[in-house]
Amino acid sequence: MSESKNTDQNCVVIGASHAGVNFAFVLRREGWQGSITLIDIDPTLPYHRPPLSKAYLTSEDGIEKNLLKSEESYKKENIELKLGVWVDAIDRENKKVVLADGTTLDYDKLVIATGARPIMPPIPGLDTAKNLFPLRSAADVANIRKTVVENEALKVVVIGGGYIGLETAASLKKLGASVTVLERESRILARVTAPEMSAFFQKLHSDNDVAVLTEKNVISIENNQNKNTVVCSDGTRYEANMIVVGVGIHVNKELAEKAGLTIENGIQVNEMAQTSDPSIYAIGDCTFHHNIHYNRHIRLESVQNAVDQAKIAAAAIAGKECCYNAIPWFWSDQYDVKLQMVGLSEGYDEVVVREEADKPNCFSVWYFKGDTLLSVDAVNNAKAYVYGTKFIKGGEKIDKKKLSDPTAEFKPANLIAQ
Amino acid sequence: MAKITFITSDEETITLEGTSGSVMALAVDNGIPGIDGDCGGVCSCATCHVHVAPEDMEKTGSASEIETDMLELDDNADEYSRLCCQIDITDAIDGVVLKVAK
Repeated sequence: MSESKNTDQNCVVIGASHAGVNFAFVLRREGWQGSITLIDIDPTLPYHRPPLSKAYLTSEDGIEKNLLKSEESYKKENIELKLGVWVDAIDRENKKVVLADGTTLDYDKLVIATGARPIMPPIPGLDTAKNLFPLRSAADVANIRKTVVENEALKVVVIGGGYIGLETAASLKKLGASVTVLERESRILARVTAPEMSAFFQKLHSDNDVAVLTEKNVISIENNQNKNTVVCSDGTRYEANMIVVGVGIHVNKELAEKAGLTIENGIQVNEMAQTSDPSIYAIGDCTFHHNIHYNRHIRLESVQNAVDQAKIAAAAIAGKECCYNAIPWFWSDQYDVKLQMVGLSEGYDEVVVREEADKPNCFSVWYFKGDTLLSVDAVNNAKAYVYGTKFIKGGEKIDKKKLSDPTAEFKPANLIAQ
Repeated sequence: MAKITFITSDEETITLEGTSGSVMALAVDNGIPGIDGDCGGVCSCATCHVHVAPEDMEKTGSASEIETDMLELDDNADEYSRLCCQIDITDAIDGVVLKVAK
């Protein structure tokens, strides 16, 4: 970073989760000497989100065991935290952020890392249901844990058979609850994986005594004292003393929208994570950005994207040449199964399933469009995840026949088409 | 209580003391450059790669199968490589020296 040009400059970051926090620390590392202020409505010291529905939910750890950075780290790097603070508006003309109490913060560079919030669908009775929670924040987990402790023989209905819903179901089962998952589509994880993966997870939950029911469209929730009844359009009814809603997210784009920034399916940013206003960057779940490997604009809900865009935005603000070129990756833990995913499967026309001889519950699903490998879902198989990452990065052509043969040794030289 | 020494890619030597949790968490809490721990310690991101000093391998043990597989993402991995989210802090690892991978 050149001279001391930014010593009297202010960088304000709205949103202090994976994207915002990583950005702040990387910006310091890049040599930014001006102020850095992180603002978030969540009053809790910023924490890891993915474990909330997984290991953290079943542990007895407090959130202090799950922090992104220790409190001292912020002090050490001179990063100011304004937690429990709501941002009302961005005044682009005067380069100010307006807080809920009417005070303003001047910025030279502004970073929007507002993420997303859970969708609470307009189901009659949802507002008045007892012990109904989404799962995205530490407070949500605290509510869920409290309900688990207070109710013996807890009956849970999870609305939504996506990753959050399924992870939560597995965790609550581990805590001793009786759990039913209601999914509207004809299979779970329908939006994100091939039928083979849906079938595997359906069976996994069933084997663990969690009922995962598909084609269940919830139309109302009846509440009677301490008991909810979840009613589906096919007339079936499910009792629950706790309901967890995991049906997707809304992007927190309203601030950016009100400020007149370009919005598509999220806040539009270029390859440097810059919005339509050159002084304003946007990073993480809230962005709509171009992915060079798939040559299309996408929005991603992932730690990978949050962290990678944070690094790009920090480098760009520090005056470095940079360009977002990451391949998306994700993970999910349910029961003793570790799922690792790399790439984006959308648009696939062929799926190759790779089993491993002598290793039950260890396999991988490879998504192709023609000869192009798009993505890999690896179940208890980090090797497949790693090879998939390398092959997608290198644009390798894969020998599908060898790939599908469990007796062919699983190594790159064997899998790359000659 | 264990003393753990990190050698960063700038050859800076930093010694920390820990009692519990993972080596990755200790490193992140203390801002050791090069140890990110993006996945929070579940062996999913490979951003906490260290090379254990050869004489300390006995104390830390070698990488597990999933660790070894994940380490293949990094061309610099060798037989002394570990993902330090998978190393628990106990008295047994007192005095180990870990070189943060480039």
